Amino acid sequence: MPETPPRPLASPVAPGAPAGTVPASPLAGHHGPRGVAQARSLFDPEILRTALWGSVKKLAPQVQVKNPVMFVVLVGSVVTFLEAVAHPSLFSWSITAWLFLTVLFANFAEAMAEGRGKAQADTLRRTRAETEARRLRGDGSEERVPASALAKGELVVCEAGDIIPSDGEITEGIASVDESAITGESAPVIRESGGDRSAVTGGTKVLSDRIVVRIMAEKGQTFLDRMIGLVEGANRQKTPNEIALTILLATLTIVFLPVVVVLEPFGHYADLLTHTHGQISIVVLVALLVCLIPTTIGALLSAIGIAGMDRLVQKNVLAMSGRAVEAAGDVQTLLLDKTGTITLGNRMATQFLAVGGASEQELAEAAQLASLADETPEGRSIVVLAKERFGIRERDLGEGPVFVPFSALSRMSGVDIGPRSIRKGAAEAVRKWATSQGGSAPSDLDEAVERMARAGSTPLVVSDGGRILGVIELKDVVKEGIKERFDHLRAVGIRTVMITGDNPLTAAAIAQEAGVDDFLAEATPERKMELIKAEQAGGKLVAMMGDGTNDAPALAQADVGVAMNTGTTAAKEAGNMVDLDSNPTKLIDVVEVGKQLLITRGALTTFSIANDVAKYFAIIPALFTATYPQLHRLNIMGLHSPQSAVLSAVIFNALVIIALIPLALRGVKWRPTSASSILRRNVLIYGVGGVIVPFIFIKLIDLVLTATGWY
Amino acid sequence: MSYFWVIVALVLVLGIAWRFLGSYMEAVFAGRVRYLAWAERPVYRLIGVDPDVEQPWQRYAGALIVFSGMALLFTYAIQRLQGSLPLNPQHLGAVPPALAWNTAVSFTTNTNWQNYAGETTMSYFSQMAALTVQQFVSAAVGIAVAIALVRGFARRNSPTIGNFWVDIVRCTLYVLLPIAFAAGFVFVGEGAVQTLAGPVTVHDFLNSTTQVIARGPVGFMESIKQLGTNGGGFFNANGSDPFEDPSALTNFLSFALILSIPVALTYTFGKMVGNRRQGVALLAAMAILFGAWVGFSSYAEHQPNPAVAAAHVVSQPQGNMVGKEVRFGPMQTTLYDIASTQTSTGSVSGANDSFTPIGGFGLLTGMMLGEVTPGGVGSGLYTILLFAIVAVFIGGLMIGRTPEYLGKKIQAKEVKLASFGVLVMPLTVLILTGIAVSVHAGRAGPSNAGPHAFTEILYAFTSQANNNGSAFAGLSGDTPFYNILGGVAMLLGRFAIIVPCLALGGTLAAKGAVAENLGTFRTDTPLFVGLLIGVILIVGGLTFFPAVSLGPIAEQLSKGLF
Repeated sequence: MPETPPRPLASPVAPGAPAGTVPASPLAGHHGPRGVAQARSLFDPEILRTALWGSVKKLAPQVQVKNPVMFVVLVGSVVTFLEAVAHPSLFSWSITAWLFLTVLFANFAEAMAEGRGKAQADTLRRTRAETEARRLRGDGSEERVPASALAKGELVVCEAGDIIPSDGEITEGIASVDESAITGESAPVIRESGGDRSAVTGGTKVLSDRIVVRIMAEKGQTFLDRMIGLVEGANRQKTPNEIALTILLATLTIVFLPVVVVLEPFGHYADLLTHTHGQISIVVLVALLVCLIPTTIGALLSAIGIAGMDRLVQKNVLAMSGRAVEAAGDVQTLLLDKTGTITLGNRMATQFLAVGGASEQELAEAAQLASLADETPEGRSIVVLAKERFGIRERDLGEGPVFVPFSALSRMSGVDIGPRSIRKGAAEAVRKWATSQGGSAPSDLDEAVERMARAGSTPLVVSDGGRILGVIELKDVVKEGIKERFDHLRAVGIRTVMITGDNPLTAAAIAQEAGVDDFLAEATPERKMELIKAEQAGGKLVAMMGDGTNDAPALAQADVGVAMNTGTTAAKEAGNMVDLDSNPTKLIDVVEVGKQLLITRGALTTFSIANDVAKYFAIIPALFTATYPQLHRLNIMGLHSPQSAVLSAVIFNALVIIALIPLALRGVKWRPTSASSILRRNVLIYGVGGVIVPFIFIKLIDLVLTATGWY
Repeated sequence: MSYFWVIVALVLVLGIAWRFLGSYMEAVFAGRVRYLAWAERPVYRLIGVDPDVEQPWQRYAGALIVFSGMALLFTYAIQRLQGSLPLNPQHLGAVPPALAWNTAVSFTTNTNWQNYAGETTMSYFSQMAALTVQQFVSAAVGIAVAIALVRGFARRNSPTIGNFWVDIVRCTLYVLLPIAFAAGFVFVGEGAVQTLAGPVTVHDFLNSTTQVIARGPVGFMESIKQLGTNGGGFFNANGSDPFEDPSALTNFLSFALILSIPVALTYTFGKMVGNRRQGVALLAAMAILFGAWVGFSSYAEHQPNPAVAAAHVVSQPQGNMVGKEVRFGPMQTTLYDIASTQTSTGSVSGANDSFTPIGGFGLLTGMMLGEVTPGGVGSGLYTILLFAIVAVFIGGLMIGRTPEYLGKKIQAKEVKLASFGVLVMPLTVLILTGIAVSVHAGRAGPSNAGPHAFTEILYAFTSQANNNGSAFAGLSGDTPFYNILGGVAMLLGRFAIIVPCLALGGTLAAKGAVAENLGTFRTDTPLFVGLLIGVILIVGGLTFFPAVSLGPIAEQLSKGLF
């Protein structure tokens, strides 16, 4: 018997589909399982080249003004440039050059982040090549029109080999469709009219049969169009949290402006008091200002946001807005469908329980015989279990056994081999059958059946003729490792709620085994909706995943609604993310990406501000030692000269941006532990580290500058 | 009492105040304390207020501005008209306009910066009706703002944050008046003068000299001066005048009064938001910084004065005695002045100017941290809450959640208001100091040379913008330039923080609460206390480091490390 094939999440290819002849889509060919998410290295040479050019293009003032922190640096570099022209010196030209480089580095970071999305969008555009559609006229005849001419509500015909021209719902027929252009998954999926599998996406290819599709998307609004827009970040808007952080950074920038400006009158007054001539020059003041304002985070902020969205795309999740990604980090309750997420989705035989004096082996042998022709996953699992437990092999049954298929009426199935008649099925049905064969139910049967039902399993009673041998336990098998994942989630304060259509008894047993915090049994779309609203009323943010049309209201209500790509158009429109892999476990990944995004911002902000301490110790003595020689004691790094000190701080300030680009693009590591331990770790690394690191590097840069002999 | 026992007793007394005064204030502002309802009702009728109607933050802030504006005018008018008003045994004439403006602003903003010598400028009527009245109501305004902001955290989806008139009436009636009244008896009992008879003239026949001894209604003014963290004394010498602070007991009572309400408000806060640990966390941050500054400055003042040492005249076993209150010694003087600079009180027991440079640095930087350790009555709490919001925002990001504080999400609007509120003070200080050192009128102020001169100017604006009111001395502040600019500093330092605070209270009150769970950034842990302290130090350090390095640091380093 062949091994159970891995069950695709969509239904398997219908028999007869030319599975072997699936043509490789332009995307599916060269990059394995991923669709839009092509694994590109962080510093792909092509992206690097584009980013270098992009960093120059971004110097346009209308781009710069959107980032208040870097705009100040740009203005500062213009000021020092004018000063350098007026009073040329190596020092002022060096400062000008490094300030200008600081701006370029910031542009480069953003261009790098965008580059990955742009490359992906280009590939997608190639699939959107102009296709022809076969539009159905009112009288049933066909006409060929360009796909772009299609309007919402029109009907088109697609046959094997056709590219589906736009998003729509199948109104007629069934077909296998190659969706690899969108999902990267090369196994074809079945799409059919009616029900939850009727949605098709423009740009995918029909492999077999004929379908009639009603176009559901306006021109330019198709899923593919939106996808291109999203990965490209064309109309990226700042997320609420990004706005809040920008305000904080802008405020800090505004504050440092007077802090630095008043140093001019302060220094002048000090000169007056001490009858000296200080060294306060506009170049040094601008350098100090740039060093103090949070340029590190200011330069990397938008790159962090873009890279966060990009990381989701790498996981084959499309977020419709950055707001949704951010909300994902805040999620406190996860609603997870039992089937497919928590359990494997099939009930499996896990135990043989003999009754009435029969041996387990006897039971297993009979059960295996009765299941040999049973191609359902349950049936196959019985055969496998018998083999594993007792080494009972499948055997040749000789003189033509007669298999009795399961029917809703008899509620049992089995086999007749010669004189033997074996049946397995629902307890009541088999008991009745056994009685009709002249047997009777052993006294311990009822108890066994009941105990299994209470444990959330399904009991299957097996009878050989009139003799009831025992009960097979069919169990919903919880996925391996899922419990640990829930434990991790619990550690970070996320409550998991299992949603299932099972009765409360079964649900409770599975919930306990899987380690979820709560469950909703006998779930209906209405009850799901109520649950979401109740959680939200308690101040919690809820994430859920869904695919059916009746999930749409709940998806819209949830703070993070992830629609599966196999789902209906209604579901996809209601949610704020689409999972191209249609893998329910994704929710957990989405939460992680959301958290990582915020952590990266927070960590770099802390780092940026902490850096200021060292920069003060470099620049303040340099500014004032001419007036107050005793302030030389503040030069704790022992920097060579005032000029080399200031320049070292500026160079450090610029280079740290480049050094942190990989961190901004990859994101700070997130581990599922308690909030306090994450905070302690990050405060230590980015706060305390942020204070110490610049002391070391400014000193090193100063040593290098001194070695050149120019300062 | 030795210094050690003073501190032990102080901690004990403050612990009691924290627990009982704290919960009492919560009950007062929740309207559960009504024993003076008979006195409350006529007040509401007089000002035409329905005590049961609450206000949204805009109306609350509006009422506060109108009230403070009226108080400012009233205080100004009395000073200008004091020549024609009763209780003026010395027949003092009108206070000059610029000085009257500065003083009116100073007392209505709870600053009590005094560019005058009380005994030779203000009539008894002015001292009582203008200044002492403001010492009560300006303190009540500060506490009311803190309570309104905390209501914002405590309430869910509420359009209002309380009623301003009710809050200040209750605060005055139930909190300030009873305590000040009781403490006033102690001051008077210990020897602080309290009389409406004019100054006495004493003839010393032995030396054939005549001395005029100033007197007045001092004792009861003294108690509210300290309790309301006002700091404005009757006499020029303030707390070092024995008629104000007659004994060791009153000196100790001063410490206790200054610190009790700011400390107790953290308990009130914890109780209002339903988690006392939250209040303990704020108190811990305050106490750690306060303790560090006391220790640091005490150490500095325990060192011998280098000028005295150079003269080889006397040994200095007690440390730097120059300018200290000789009755209590350098340690208690330092404690008094640190307590007073870190609570926005500004009363002084010694000459701040004569502290060692680095000891003076302690006084100056205590204010530069924003008066949050523990800060003035009400103002300490609402300002540290602003810092807490900034700390929560940065810390919250670092754990990967939209930051939230006490269940309220901290988003763009909150960050905007909090960072504005936190940064108003440093900007005011730096810009006004920048102006003062640039113009002749400003440069004329300091009486010393070198970095000390700069410190004098910087200290004046730091003290006024923080509504502290202590003077470094050495600066001739009674000039139109300093009077007017100082008034601006005090107004900005007060109302440019209060209005954002109330707006914050309104925004927060309107929000629902986020459920707390394991993933929530805990704000009642030592880690948060550390983060909060870090934010306070970093904000203060980054904004003021260049300025202080030109003042006390340059001065101290010129004498070598201490």
